[in-house]
Amino acid sequence: MAEIAYWEAIRRAHDEEMANDKLVIAMGEDIGVAGGTYKATFGLYDKYGPERIIDTPISENSYTGIGIGASMAGMRPIIEIMSINFALLALDTLINAAAKIHYMSGGQISCPIVMRTPGGTAHQLAAQHSARLARMFMSTSGLRVVTPRGPLDAYGMLKSAVRSNDPVIIIEHEQMYNLKEDIPDEEFFRPLEGAEVVREGSDITLIGYNYSVHLCLQAAKRLEADGISAEVLDLRALKPLDRESIRKSVEKTHRVLVAEEDEAPVGVGAEIMAVITEDCFYALDAQPVRIHAADVPVPYNAKLEKAAIPSADDVYHGALKVMGKI
Amino acid sequence: MNDADKKRLLREMIFYRRFEDRTFEAYMERKIGGFLHLYTGQEAVATGVLEMARTGQGADNDYVITGYRDHVHAIKTGAAPREVMAELYGKETGSSKGRGGSMHIFDASQNFMGGYALVGQPFPLAAGLAMGCKHKGTDQIAICFLGDGANNQGTFHETMNMAKVWNLPVLFVCENNQYAIGTHINRSTAVLDQYKRVCAYDMEASQHDGMDIDIVMEASKKAIDFVRSGKGPYFIEFMTYRYRGHSMSDAKGYRTKEEEAEWQKRDPIKIYTERLIEAGIIKAADIKTMEKEIDDEIENDIIKFAEESPEPKVEDLTKYVLDDNPDPRWVGPLHK
Repeated sequence: MAEIAYWEAIRRAHDEEMANDKLVIAMGEDIGVAGGTYKATFGLYDKYGPERIIDTPISENSYTGIGIGASMAGMRPIIEIMSINFALLALDTLINAAAKIHYMSGGQISCPIVMRTPGGTAHQLAAQHSARLARMFMSTSGLRVVTPRGPLDAYGMLKSAVRSNDPVIIIEHEQMYNLKEDIPDEEFFRPLEGAEVVREGSDITLIGYNYSVHLCLQAAKRLEADGISAEVLDLRALKPLDRESIRKSVEKTHRVLVAEEDEAPVGVGAEIMAVITEDCFYALDAQPVRIHAADVPVPYNAKLEKAAIPSADDVYHGALKVMGKI
Repeated sequence: MNDADKKRLLREMIFYRRFEDRTFEAYMERKIGGFLHLYTGQEAVATGVLEMARTGQGADNDYVITGYRDHVHAIKTGAAPREVMAELYGKETGSSKGRGGSMHIFDASQNFMGGYALVGQPFPLAAGLAMGCKHKGTDQIAICFLGDGANNQGTFHETMNMAKVWNLPVLFVCENNQYAIGTHINRSTAVLDQYKRVCAYDMEASQHDGMDIDIVMEASKKAIDFVRSGKGPYFIEFMTYRYRGHSMSDAKGYRTKEEEAEWQKRDPIKIYTERLIEAGIIKAADIKTMEKEIDDEIENDIIKFAEESPEPKVEDLTKYVLDDNPDPRWVGPLHK
């Protein structure tokens, strides 16, 4: 075991998968000579060269399309999009092509691409660098969407994503690249499906994904001091969604809160609430609560930004509301 | 190219014309749904270019990709005509198992990588296929057929740039029929000669008559040799004309009967038929026999197959959305 940062975990997964299979390539803006905006490919340009660590021009839609075309010819491209906001430029090739080609070719052609991209707010990046958008990819047929909460999943899910035959979107978070965790020294894989209970509890279930898992964990600690036992469920994969784990946890605790950094209308939380209503309505002892971002473009001003985005404090108070304590 | 090859090429072009005409009839009979974009008038381009490419050899084929006017490109690359027709009928035996339809013909076994309905989307996909060829060190190339209208998409400029920067083995074939759906090129496009546009990316390019298959083949051979020899991408433009509307609900109010008649004087099948008759390779009477044989094949084999094939099962609705047999080591779930 060794404690490594999120970015180092991603870098290690790139390195191992590229060493394992010559068909694995990485492409994106500044990932090569410059070493990667978040260092996810740091040093790999020197090791694998410009044909496999490909610095692209700032042409998100077409370099994603080139990655998709390469995958149709048997390659395994890992496509980095520097910020999820820029992924909007690549939606045509990603959603109209990658997500649909396997289906509309009657299963003949796979597009095994991985798209890695950070979504989320971080230190006053303002509206055009702070989008979340998980909910948009979650609603697209033909994609897998995963949200690693820490180095263990960041490493293990990237490795699995490279080997999966489906197009996989990995949503990272700008605030998590320096987050550290012990991970095994030997090679391992973490599956692309299945939610995970990351803290056992009996009074309330706090559901999160990506960065919001950490808000849930912080809130759970405070709730414990109040004598409330909170279970924290990390969804891990938004598509396909693990409905069974949601049901199991809610049937155990009978109370539930969903925390997301996306805005609420048609958000991830809305879908989770629908699952709870459909699958475990009668297990509920209290009205569920959603914690989410305000329905505004993310403001620049630090005070406004903080007000727009949910915090651990918001999750804590939301949980107290579910528990009938406020 | 010997006389037998020339006869075969003529037969192929007549076959494509009559195949498309028959799909038109089937559409009118409501046997075919959705949109239907016919290739009538442009036959010499796909036939001539792909005659010079590596096709019909399965996995060793060059990669071919195009837009939604894709039936002929698929067949010339190696797809079975009866499977293409069955696809138009939405049948399980169709080339995309009835999931794609007219605009999304695929035949992976022949490296025909699809028809796409988003104008300009195949540009980057083609460059990616070429990147795959280059990376794997095969001598295959990627060939991308698109119309003049596609060149006004951002993907055109982005892809031309990257194809050149990365020296990818890709041939871009511009079928310039002068109409982007119903808008004439001189109302939508600042530079009318499309091949000139890629000089912005320092790419090799040329423009040719697309109605004469001999010219198409000669020009294509040079372009394909250039690309296959590792010299980088090439953009080849063919001047051509689509006789029918953009799709089926097109009254062609944007152009004159005179213009249509002018182009039809230089019909690709007419030009080539006259040339072969003049050279004594074929007789006028042989053409009639050939047409009869083709119609019989279309009716008794191709249409019959499409008509009699089963539809996909409703219980298979969600098949092919994702990998249907994923490896649990990578995909999971986390807890069994």
